[in-house]
Order: sequence, then C-alpha cells, then structure tokens
Amino acid sequence: MEIPYTISTRPDTGLWNAKIGIWLFLASEVMLFGGLFSAYIFLRIDAAPGMWPHGLLNVPVGTMNTAILILSSVTVVLAWASLKMRRYRAYWWYMLATISCGVIFLTVKLAYEWPQKFEHFGAYIKPEALGKYEKYLGNERRAEKGMEPRIEITGHLHSQNAKEYEVALDPVNAEPDNPSMDRPHFFPLPVTDKVATIEKEDVDRATMFLPTHSAYFASYFTITGLHGMHVLGGVLVFIYMWLPVSKRLYQRNPEHLANRVEVSGLFWHFVDLVWIFVFPLFYLL
Amino acid sequence: MVGALLLTFTAVTVALSYVDFGTRKANIGIAMLVATLKAGAVAAVFMHLAAEKRLIYRILIFTGFFVLGLFWLTFLAWYDYPIFR
Repeated sequence: MEIPYTISTRPDTGLWNAKIGIWLFLASEVMLFGGLFSAYIFLRIDAAPGMWPHGLLNVPVGTMNTAILILSSVTVVLAWASLKMRRYRAYWWYMLATISCGVIFLTVKLAYEWPQKFEHFGAYIKPEALGKYEKYLGNERRAEKGMEPRIEITGHLHSQNAKEYEVALDPVNAEPDNPSMDRPHFFPLPVTDKVATIEKEDVDRATMFLPTHSAYFASYFTITGLHGMHVLGGVLVFIYMWLPVSKRLYQRNPEHLANRVEVSGLFWHFVDLVWIFVFPLFYLL
Repeated sequence: MVGALLLTFTAVTVALSYVDFGTRKANIGIAMLVATLKAGAVAAVFMHLAAEKRLIYRILIFTGFFVLGLFWLTFLAWYDYPIFR
C-alpha cells in the first residue's frame, strides 16, 4: 500500500504528513531540552560561592565546533535546494559535506574535548583548611576585590598515596594572585610544572572532571551528551539519504526524497539551534 | 548569507564574553540575547518559519506556552528558597 500524503498536501491540515510530524516531534524536543536547561538554571542559581566553575572548557575548540555546526546547517539547505532543482550530483556533494561536518563535530567532542576533561583533576578544599592553601588560592586578594572565593585546586594528578595528592597545578592555582587569572583565557593555558601537595584530610572531595565532579560538569555532560546523540542520529539519517538506496527513490520520485531531506534538515537545524544556547552557557559564561 | 551572519554572531558572542559589563548577570543577559537572535535567524530562514502554514504556527504557540511555563516554574522556586539572590 502506498503511504499517503508524502508529497501531496492533506486537505484538513494543509500540509504533507512528514512536515507536521517533524514539527510535533520538535515541539516535544523543545520540552526535553527545556527541562534540562531549566535544571541548569536552577543548579546554577543555587550554587554556593565558588562552586560554579568558569573557564574550564576549551573556548577556541568550542567556537570551531559551533562554526562547523552552522556550516552544516547551510550545506543541508543547499542539498535540499539542489534536489528541488533536480541536480542530484550537487545534492550528493552537499550531503557529503553535511555528514562530514557532523562527524567532525562528534569526533572533536568525543575524542578530544571529553577525554581531556577525564584526565583533569580537581580537589575541593574543606572550608576550615582553605587558609592552609592560600598560596594556591589567593583568596585574600579576591576577598578585597569582592570576588567569589576559590575553593578548588585543579591540575593533573601526578600521584597519590594514602595521605596526599600530588598535583601539577593549573596556572590559575600556580599564580593565584596574578590579575590575568581573574578571568578565563581564550586560549587555555597548559598545566604548569609547579607541583602542590594536598593532604587528603583537608579535601572535601576530589575527582577527575567527570559528571561526579560538580553540578556544572554533571549538567555539561548530560546536555552535551544528549546533544551529541542528536547529532549522531542526524548523521545516520543523512547517511541513509546519501547512499545509493536513496538514489533509487530519487529516480522514482524526486520530490519525495526532497521532502525527506527537508524534514531531516529541520531536525538538523534544531540540533544546531540547541547548540547555539549550549555553547555560551557552558563555555563562555 | 545567513550562515555568514550566524558565524559573525558566534564571533561576537565569544568576544563579548571577554568584555566585562559590570555584573555577571549583565554578561549572561547580553550573551543570551545574542543567542536568541541567532536562534531566531536559524528558525526564520533555515527552518523557513518566516513563511509557514498556519497549523505549524499553532503547534509552536503551544510549545512556546508550555516551555515558558516550565521556566516560570523555576522562577517560582525563587520564593521557596531565601538563599536566592
């Protein structure tokens, strides 16, 4: 049996079916991400002073990924327009560009950004022991300037025994009184040679930068993870439409393929749109 | 065209985050404003919402209503927790 209204409009809705389907789906997606974003707002407003980290993510890489997603949104529109003009060859190339952008985005996220976090270490110092680590925290100066206190020492974990952590410090803890450390840097600074010894009994909790590290990283990994799964889903659908199996549909009914590309494009733009909010919220602010 | 505009706005967002607008709240507000403009451009042009059928607008009005309601619930919590500043 032929599926009805794949290209012709349904009289009562005035739309072909997939179009209304994708918009209903996107409406539910808005609620899905909306819930997570409202959790983000809630966690962030509720964070105690010093508990919401800034400048821990790699801004140039995040900017590049944003640009890649925007570019892929452009190429998917061009792919659709090429189909409308019945230029399959051009469609094929634009689709390949879109798929490549999605794959690059995911690779950067999963093979570079996330693993870098997994090997970064942070130790939250107990309130009563903060004074002992003043030379890594610089809180006297921060208090004078009316800034939130630093309560965490971060860097690379060199070694640990039953009593202590040995941490190669991040620049922010190596030179805590340097005014250039007051704000995050655009290009992340590498871990320094300076090693600090932190006694375990002074530590509230210490983890790698995993979801267990803080509410910040928990929401970061949840939201970027869910977003990444959407990118993966989009890429898989695009691959299907790029393979020879879709060329057969094109030869039989080009408008049907164009409509398929249009609705998956709508999904893709939505994924791009979510990222437009994720990027400033997690990387910049 | 719109793609170039969006890329420019991305650069603007990044640049603005290194400008201090006095308070963090101001910085967040401005960054969200730029993000909303970008999202609006994506929706209007790429998703061709600038000219769509009426039924789709109706769906989106409901979506907007419910998502705003969701965020409103977060703001209601403001009154439950005296620690909110």
